[in-house]
Amino acid sequence: MLLVVEQFLNGLQFGLLLFLLAAGLTLVFGIMDLVNLAHGSLYMMGAYFAATFAAWTGSFLLGALMALGATLVLGIVLEMSALRHLYGRDHLDHVLATFGLILFFNEAVRLIWGPAGLALPLPAWLTVPVPILPGIHYPAYRLAIIVVALLVALLLYLGVMRTRIGMLIRAGASNREMIGALGINIKLLYTLVFGLGAALAGLAGLMQAPILTVQIGMGENILILAFVIIVIGGIGSIRGAFLAAIFVGMIDTLGRAFLPNLLRQVLSGAAASTAAPALSSMLIYLLMAIVLVVRPEGLFPANRR
Amino acid sequence: MKSFTVSKAVTALMLAGLVLLPLYSQLSGNIFILTLFTRIIILALAAASLNLIMGFGGMMSFGHAAYLGIGGYAVGMLAQEGVGSGFIQFPVALAASALYALVIGALSLRTRGVYFIMITLAFAQMAYYVASGLARYGGDDGLTVYKRSDFSGLINLSNRTQFYYLCLACLLGVIFLIWRIVNSRFGLVVQGLRSNEQRMQAIGFPAKRYKLVCFVISGTMCGLAGALLANNTDFVSPAVMYWTRSGDLMVMVILGGMGTLFGPIMGAVVFLLLEEFLSQITEYWALIMGPLLLLIVLFGRGGIMGLLGRAGRG
Repeated sequence: MLLVVEQFLNGLQFGLLLFLLAAGLTLVFGIMDLVNLAHGSLYMMGAYFAATFAAWTGSFLLGALMALGATLVLGIVLEMSALRHLYGRDHLDHVLATFGLILFFNEAVRLIWGPAGLALPLPAWLTVPVPILPGIHYPAYRLAIIVVALLVALLLYLGVMRTRIGMLIRAGASNREMIGALGINIKLLYTLVFGLGAALAGLAGLMQAPILTVQIGMGENILILAFVIIVIGGIGSIRGAFLAAIFVGMIDTLGRAFLPNLLRQVLSGAAASTAAPALSSMLIYLLMAIVLVVRPEGLFPANRR
Repeated sequence: MKSFTVSKAVTALMLAGLVLLPLYSQLSGNIFILTLFTRIIILALAAASLNLIMGFGGMMSFGHAAYLGIGGYAVGMLAQEGVGSGFIQFPVALAASALYALVIGALSLRTRGVYFIMITLAFAQMAYYVASGLARYGGDDGLTVYKRSDFSGLINLSNRTQFYYLCLACLLGVIFLIWRIVNSRFGLVVQGLRSNEQRMQAIGFPAKRYKLVCFVISGTMCGLAGALLANNTDFVSPAVMYWTRSGDLMVMVILGGMGTLFGPIMGAVVFLLLEEFLSQITEYWALIMGPLLLLIVLFGRGGIMGLLGRAGRG
């Protein structure tokens, strides 16, 4: 029972984290029609910034805030210097160019921070276990991730659905020429959206940093997961990304937790312990393949054109 | 083939270089260059196969490295089980790749555009994790191929020069095949589908069937590259199927010039030599390589072949 609740919460937490990453990706994809493989690099940079700034200032929160600002700025600079010129190009060009950016960021990090990973230690008040149900404790930090991510999701929803900027973003997604013709500065809007997506990726990275080590290439595996999510959810749909992210986070976490035991009942111990991690990693891709075969446009296709 | 152009001259020069390379290696005693170019030729073969569906067929597969793994594992697994004959290993490698391509092609071709890119990626990742889970064949650590494929005296794969020429012959054979395919009725239909699928369907061509056949041919060719690669490195591991490897193949095709016959070879040669060269001058070679790719995309439309074409005209 304890294990089930704990793994369930872990799944939720991982799913929400994936949502932060996928939200930025799906916004950029849905609005600028840009396939950004370097999104995972922004996630990595968020983690590195947080580890560095936290060490400088001696405060976790201050470091996190500064890292958030830094990834926002980095995203804006990246958009204005390079990615802006890729809008309207073939998707294949996007893949190639941002693949190059991944190489660049990985090497830049190796050059600046060295090949060894960094650690981002948590302050004492975030490491205590919190009782959530009678007799069941859960780490405060993971709870904090859940709360922060839910809050960001809510803000994002309100921001996109209820504010003027959000309205422009939605309008830009459905017809970019039209809102350009209506006198909206579309370049600025795009830069803003890209910066927002970068900050969300950075937030996901810096929140994940204390749980895993901060290391080169940390953004690549999770980037693929984020792509799986936006494809399952339907490209450009934030709601789809949210539901798909929770779904994928749950399947991944629960699969890793319970599949080994299930397999052990059919296979020998040694075979099960090697097959289980592979099988649970496969589950998500299997899910995506099934979704695409049944619904080639994803589960919640954004209404475009 | 009537007039002299810069791109044709460079292509001919490159091919002549590839044919004469073992001679140079023998004379200069530089064995390393032969090993390096064997790898380049094998990956050029893989890139050429990707170019068939990407450049001519308009199908952007982001999971092409899976075939490298399938071909490689076919050789490695058979060798481990005591089947050393290349006459069995290679056909099995090709058949396994073709079967995989048939299954994932039939499913993936239901989608298009970015969704197609992503679903091929997903299937390749699945293949990657299946290979990691093969405990009997090394799992994550990979599988050492202790004995290269045995062609019973016909050709000795352990001899560097013979193996090099085998790879080169395979590459040229595949290029010839692609040339025949592209200019056949079948190839023209596939290229028509790339430009306008609806129209082709309206004239009465079963779009999906044509694309699927093209997809399977390409996968089978890449499986051949995988079988050669396993023989070249004497080793096969899930890492050959990792998504960045598929990315590398895409880069080679685009760098060389998508939809041109010799572009992928050019791309593979330039990409891998650049990687080799930059990693010799600085440990941080990717710091230069990354922005270089970005610049190529931004300013070098049509890749090297496109550039050479413009140089010829201008």
